Amino acid sequence: MKIIATDRKGEVHQIEGREGWSVMEMLRDAGLPVAAECGGACACATCHVYVTGGWFEKLPSRSDAEVDMLDMALAVEPNSRLSCQLVCTPELDGITVTVAPE
Amino acid sequence: MPIETDVAIIGAGPIGLFAVFELGLLDLKAHLVDILDRPGGQCTELYPEKPIYDIPGLPICTGQELTDRLMEQVKPFKPEFHLGETASALERLGDGRWKLSTDAGTEIVARVLVIAAGGGTFVPKRPPIAGIEAYEGRSVFYAVRKMESFRGKNILIAGGGDSALDWTINLAPIAAKLTLVHHRDGFRASQHSVNQMRELAAHGKINFEIASVKALYGENDRLHGVTLSSPSKGEWQHACDTFIPFFGLTIKLGPIANFGLNLTENLIAVDTEKFESNTPGIFAIGDINTYPGKLKLILSGFHEAALMAQAAFHICRPNEKLRFQYTTSSSSLQKKLGVAG
Repeated sequence: MKIIATDRKGEVHQIEGREGWSVMEMLRDAGLPVAAECGGACACATCHVYVTGGWFEKLPSRSDAEVDMLDMALAVEPNSRLSCQLVCTPELDGITVTVAPE
Repeated sequence: MPIETDVAIIGAGPIGLFAVFELGLLDLKAHLVDILDRPGGQCTELYPEKPIYDIPGLPICTGQELTDRLMEQVKPFKPEFHLGETASALERLGDGRWKLSTDAGTEIVARVLVIAAGGGTFVPKRPPIAGIEAYEGRSVFYAVRKMESFRGKNILIAGGGDSALDWTINLAPIAAKLTLVHHRDGFRASQHSVNQMRELAAHGKINFEIASVKALYGENDRLHGVTLSSPSKGEWQHACDTFIPFFGLTIKLGPIANFGLNLTENLIAVDTEKFESNTPGIFAIGDINTYPGKLKLILSGFHEAALMAQAAFHICRPNEKLRFQYTTSSSSLQKKLGVAG
């Protein structure tokens, strides 16, 4: 599956997603500036992305832990997600995300 | 008067704590400095209740448990902690020792400096609002140090965690006007605080807006108000003279960047024999260092602490011979640990 990610400069990256891994891990491995300070434990809100292009509605909904942790994210929008909580699956092939400002 | 000791450690996370143990076995005394107000670093700040599965011999333990166990392990060596302080400046003295100063005025003079600072320093998250820096210190604050300085102000607090709610409740009686703004009608805070806040709002003592802060306006460093925005109500202006955003902490390298060390992408390059930086006498262990093959694992940091301690001994006790001993068999080590029979 592919992830189409826009970084903070507006540059678009096409990233190969590995099934079962988190979108955060894919973004980080591709060198995008995702701090992911807690390493994917849904504990820091520094892997915040906006899910665009109609993909937000297709995602499994946020867990309570993610909703709570988003309170610590900056510039939260209705389509905000923590990318460590998004798992790469074939259904999400082509998902578009934008890295949130820090 | 500066404190004199063998080793000054920046960072009281798991690796800084284990360094105390390894140094202690060699009779080296340590002082630790940490910006956080309790030991444990990221383990207690970011994931106190999350399980860790890759500590050798501990199939499962939480960040808090690991910290508690390390604190117990270092107890015999009586480390001294300087918590809630930022290591802000470093100076080399004429006799070759280091003088580490903190923002609280603590000065530690030591032969060896160990940087075990993880990702660096925890600092408040700054909302990405254009021009916010200009208002900082005068109209925008990330913490409440003196409550009295907020008396009579028209305050806007942003955030939905315990800090945002606690300060909403505490500042409400002294503020001229206080508004809490949060992006949803739900909070990541104790139910008691949420109830108290809702009570204040119901009685008109504070205002609660479900919205986000989009822009600030004012003159020089004096804030006149903010632009709020919500999906249902659109954008509107809200007058206030003080803005206190509470979005938790993030990690920045901080003053260590100015210590003259060889940095690679905000990490300190070290050798893999002693984990010493390009400056003799300054070591870096744990997540803050880098070398070929580096893995950011707690267990790697423990190994680095042990090797660092051997090298630190030679710097602190140049005329003494170091004898390698095991805690299982050495009666002198067992005496130090307080477990000798």
